[in-house]
Amino acid sequence: MKKLMIVDDSHVMRKAIEKYLKDFNLEIVGSAENGRKGLVLFKKSRPDIVTLDITMPEMDGLSLLDEIMKIDPDTRVIIITALSDRDTGIQAMKKGASGFLSKPFTPAQLKEEFSQVMRSPA
Amino acid sequence: MNEEELKIFIDAVIHYFEQVTGEKSKMGIPYIKNSDPVVLDCTGVIGISGNKKGCIYFTGTKEIFKEVAATVLGPDLVDDDAIVDIAGEISNTIAGNVRKSFGSSFMISVPIVLKGRPNDIVLRLNPPVYVIPIQWRGHKAFLTVGLE
Repeated sequence: MKKLMIVDDSHVMRKAIEKYLKDFNLEIVGSAENGRKGLVLFKKSRPDIVTLDITMPEMDGLSLLDEIMKIDPDTRVIIITALSDRDTGIQAMKKGASGFLSKPFTPAQLKEEFSQVMRSPA
Repeated sequence: MNEEELKIFIDAVIHYFEQVTGEKSKMGIPYIKNSDPVVLDCTGVIGISGNKKGCIYFTGTKEIFKEVAATVLGPDLVDDDAIVDIAGEISNTIAGNVRKSFGSSFMISVPIVLKGRPNDIVLRLNPPVYVIPIQWRGHKAFLTVGLE
C-alpha cells in the first residue's frame, strides 16, 4: 500500500483530496497546513506520494519540494495550486514535481492526474 | 485597471463556480466602489504585490460558503471552520488563476479571512476600486478588486 501525505493550508482542500483519492487504496500518513509542518511530517512518515499546495504560510510548497527532493528524489510530488501560470508549472517540474494540477479541479481531474503520476516511472 | 483586466477576474469567478459546483454563477454589472460598504458574512482578502499592487477580496453570505463547502466535502462535514476556510480558498483560487493572464510576477499573499460584518473594508488605494456582484444558487457575493 502506497503512503500519501497531503499538504495544503486549506483544511477543506485537505479533506477533499483525501475523499477524492479514497478509491486508490492508499495509507494516508497525515496532512499538514504549511511547508514547515509538512517537512516534519515527511521526515517522520516518509510517504511515497505527496500532494502539495504552493501558497502557504511559514514555508511555501516550492521550498518544501526542494527539501523533499534533497531527502528522497524518488518521492512523487503532485503540485495542486491556484497558481495556474505556465512559469509556475515549469518551475515545479524542474524542481522535481511529478505532476501539476491547477485549482479549482474536479474529482475526476484529480483522479486522472493521480493515476498518471502513479503509472509514470519513479 | 482596464476593462479587459476586469474581465479576467470575472472569468476566474465563473470558472471557479462551474468547476467546483458544476453550476454557473451569474455576474452583475461591475461598478466602481463608492462609500457604500461591500462586506457580507465572511470575507477572504488577498494582498497583491509585484507587477500590480493592491488587494482583492471575495465576500459572501454564510449560506454561499456553506453550500460550496457542502458541494466539496458533503454536507455532514461542513462546520463553521469549513465556512471560514472556503472563503479564503475561493479568494486564493481566483487570485492565483488570474496569474495565467497577469504573469508570474503578479504575487499573491496567503488569504486573511474576516468573519462577521465590519462596517466596511477600506482599501487605501488610488481609485477606481471595482466591485463585481455575483449570484450563485440565489446567494449573494461580491468580488472587490483594487489594483494599482
